[in-house]
This record gives sequence, C-alpha cells and structure tokens, in this order.
Amino acid sequence: MGSWWAYYVLGWGGWWYWDPVENASFMPWLLGTALLHSAAVAEKRETLQRWTVLLAILTFGMSLIGTFLVRSGVLTSVHSFAVDPTRGVFILLLIALVIGGGLLLYALRAPGLEAGNPFAPVSREGALVLNNLLLCSGMATVFLGTFYPLFAEVWSGVKLSVGPQFFNATFVPILAPGIVAMVIGPVLAWRRGNLMAALRRLIPAIVVALLAPFAVLIFNPGAPPAALTGIALAAWAMLGVLTDLADRSGFAKLPLRVAFRRLAHLPRGTWGYAIAHFGVGVLIAGAVVSTAWRSERVETLHPGDTLEIAGQTLRFVGVTEEDVANYHAQRAQIVVERREAPLTLYPERRSYPVARSQTTNTAIATNGFADLYLALGDPDGGGGWVLRAYYNPLVPWIWFGAILAALGGLISLSGRRLPARLPAAARPAAVLRAGSADPG
Amino acid sequence: MTRRLILAAMMSIVLAVPSVWAVEPSERLADPALELRARTLSKELRCLVCQNQSIDDSNADLAHDLRVLLRQRLVAGDTDQQILDYVAARYGMFVLLDPPFAPVTYLLWLTPPLLLLGAGALLIMRSSRRSSEQMPPSLTENEKARAATLLSDSR
Repeated sequence: MGSWWAYYVLGWGGWWYWDPVENASFMPWLLGTALLHSAAVAEKRETLQRWTVLLAILTFGMSLIGTFLVRSGVLTSVHSFAVDPTRGVFILLLIALVIGGGLLLYALRAPGLEAGNPFAPVSREGALVLNNLLLCSGMATVFLGTFYPLFAEVWSGVKLSVGPQFFNATFVPILAPGIVAMVIGPVLAWRRGNLMAALRRLIPAIVVALLAPFAVLIFNPGAPPAALTGIALAAWAMLGVLTDLADRSGFAKLPLRVAFRRLAHLPRGTWGYAIAHFGVGVLIAGAVVSTAWRSERVETLHPGDTLEIAGQTLRFVGVTEEDVANYHAQRAQIVVERREAPLTLYPERRSYPVARSQTTNTAIATNGFADLYLALGDPDGGGGWVLRAYYNPLVPWIWFGAILAALGGLISLSGRRLPARLPAAARPAAVLRAGSADPG
Repeated sequence: MTRRLILAAMMSIVLAVPSVWAVEPSERLADPALELRARTLSKELRCLVCQNQSIDDSNADLAHDLRVLLRQRLVAGDTDQQILDYVAARYGMFVLLDPPFAPVTYLLWLTPPLLLLGAGALLIMRSSRRSSEQMPPSLTENEKARAATLLSDSR
C-alpha cells in the first residue's frame, strides 16, 4: 500500500494537462489519500470501519481501472504508448472479477462489522469524514470528466471533448475547502471538538494566510484573484502545520530546550501528518505561483542576439550541427548572463533519419526556486533560429511538495502498526534482546 | 561561498521530449491584448489530428492553420465566443476543450455539485441523528473545572 502510494505520487511526473492517462493515475491517488485518512479513524477510534473497507476495495479497483485506461487505448491521450487491445480485455475481466468479488465479500461480511463509536460533526472524525467526502467527490469528478466523452458518444453519438477547463472549474473548487479544513482537522479533539478553540490555536496561521495575498499585491499589483486565493491557501496549509507543531510541543509556554525535546518526541503519526500536510502546502504554492507567474518568450534569434526573460539576459551564441550515432543533432549554445556566474545551456534538436522522427531536447536550469526552460525551434532559413524560453517560478516546489506528501504518508503508515511510543522501561529490554540474538 | 553554493545547486539537465511547442514568432499579432486573447482561445481548441493536445500545444499543420485562422478572425473584430462558435460549426463540438453547457453536457456539469451537496447533506443528516442518539452529554461546568485542575496538576 505504501509503495503503491509513493509510486503514484512520485510517478506523477510532468506538468499537469488533465490528460486521461494523468487522470488514471490521479484517481487512485485521490482515493488512496482518502483511504489513508479514514483508516486512521478506523484504527484509532474504531469507527467508520465499514466505509474504510469499501474505500479500500474502490481504491484497488480504481488503480486497476487506471491500468485499463492507460493500456487499452479506449481514450486518446498524449501519452499513448504500449497500447494493446487484447491486454485491455484481460484487464477488464480482472477488474470485473476483483471489484465484483470485493463488493460481494463486502456485502456478505460488512454487516458483521460494528457501527463503531459515535462522534459529533465537529470533531477530528468529522473532519476526516469531510476529507473523505471532498476527496471522493473530487475523484468522482475526475472520473466523470475522463469517461464522459466515451459515455456521450455511446448514448448520443456526439463526439465531444472534456479539457483542462472543465477540471479546473469543478475539481479545484471541490478540493479548495479541503485545504482550509486540512489545517483545522488535526487541531480538533477526537469525538467532540471545539471549532472556536481550534481556530484560536491557529491564530498565527490565520493572520499570515490573510496577509500573504496583500504582501503579494504590493509587489505585484496585477495579480489575478485566483492566484491570490491559492497563495493564501498555501500559506495557510504550511503555517497551520507549523503553528500546530509549535503548539503541541509548547513553544509558547515552556522553555525552548523542553519544547524542542517535546517536538522531537512527538509520535510518528503526528510527524507523518505534519510532513504530508506541509508538503501539500508546498505543492499548492508551486502549482499556483508557476501557473500565475510563468513567463514565456518565443523569438527568432540570430547569433549574437539577446533575449530578456524574467530579468535574465540570454545571449544566443549559435547553433552547431553534428552527427551522433543514429541521429543528427542541432545544438544551440546559449549563455545566461546575470549577476552570479554566467551559465551556458545547450538546448538541442535531434532528428533520427531511420525512425523519421524528431525530438526536442530541452535544457533546464533550476535553482530550487525556479526553472529556466529552453527549447530550440526551427531555423528561419536566413541564419536565425526560433528559441522558446520559459521561466517557471516555483515549479520545483511541486515535486518537493509531492515528495514530502508521499514521505509523510509513508511515515504515518510506518508508525501505525508499531506501538506509538515504547515506554521508557521497555527500551533497555529491547536492546538486550537484540544483543542476545547476536551470536558474537 | 554563497556563489559556490548557488553554482552547486544549479544544475543543467537535458530532457528528451517530442516537439510540443507550437506558436511561431511569425504567427504572432502585433497587438499584445489580441495576442493574449488568441493564446487563451487556442488553449480551448483541440487539435484534431493529434492525440489530445490543444492547438496551442501542437505543431501539426492543421493546428497552425487554425491558429492563423483564429487570429484573422480576432483582427476582423470577432468576439471570443463568435470564434469558438465559428470553429465548432466547422469541426463539431469535439474541438471545444471547454465543453459548453448544453443538453449533452448537463450531466457532466451538474453531477459534481449535486454529488457533493447530496453526499454532504446525507452525512450531516446521519451524523446529527447518530450523535443525538448516542453521544454522552457534555461536561457540566463543575466537571470542566475539575478536569482543568487535574490536568494542571499532572503538568
């Protein structure tokens, strides 16, 4: 389960186009996240067990459907490769068998599971139910958008497309309240929480999250409202976690040294949650900033020409051509001139005469905060070349955030089946046992 | 020192991808506002000969022709909607990446909000019923005060 989760999060490569193949790997990821959270409730509070089992079946089913989608070619995608219709039929049978079998077992056995402990709507359980509601609705939306063209064609014969605009208009508003709730939930008490008390504990995060958009507006008066909302959400997610960690280890009340010791001894589940939720904040910051503030220049350049992008000057030195192994390469030399040491980048184009295909090998320079992305286009016939330059601020944060989220998920899973914290007296015994097992 | 750190953090990597960048300098309109509209529109139109790409992303000839066409219409003074309708009338609804709200797409656009509201309402109803049936009563003021003293003692 853990490796599966990490696989999907880490395999979530490239930028996001809401392509069917991307959706196929995103859907199990969404359900898996929901499952991770409801499993925490099922284990800690012995409630929601039935729903958790159902969710587990659906998650596994969805990852099979994802495989089917990716490999069968029912939907057209930019990433269509390794498509084989016979494999599709096999996977479809497997899906029917697994989901059908799972649901059958569920129907037979679920009534045996107890209804579980009751909880108030405002409680940590309640927040986790909200998490499940939003994640599952989001997943259903992605599912609907991915398969709708197929359904529509079957029942009405109309060929239509569902593009990124649909997903941005539906999925994003569904998940956005989840980001707000994601910070409050962990601060609420189990069983019955006090919303006002939780918000009081989060005052530092609330203040910063509300101020962050204004700070951005000062430097960037024309910032679009959607980007400002996104920045507030990202600040809220990251600072909410930090505020909660500081609060749990008592930085406001206890001496620093004691607080740090308490911080280090927080249970693994807490660390897992903190890292994962912080990662989500980092990811949102990366996605929002890179979408709103990316800059793009497409120009025809002659050797010696320069191009300005995001305060950096790119000088086009020239293009060299060479034959390498099985392809012909046209390689441009571009010097990035800036205050620090200048940097030379070599974007190139390769043509493979045998396969009659051409690839663009982009050159990317990253410093952890922004990517400078160069691609060489066509020659204009008069010694000039088309150069595409993109400056993508905070794109690396998308990957950092995703990795943190996956890491947090793994940590909380690893902490779960083990005793949360060994009592002090049990530790020497454990060491002794380990020592006696050693034959030396 | 910082300079060296920056250099160390700075790495140049090369990725092999099929050529996907499309818009050519020669296509571009002189008016930046019109060009921006053209880019937004071309992200909403699907390239018909490609695998799920917008004409903004595709370097196919057809995508190029469509980009030039929509720029001509923009210069001629068409509104965004007129251009989308114009292209859809020729190539069908399939070219519209942003599906319009029409009878065929009612289900598509209405399901997500209805699902969210329906499931939410169901959950609220169930939880309020359950909690009123089974939750133990809240602590009284006396009990709260006792709990507070006990908690502060243990610290």
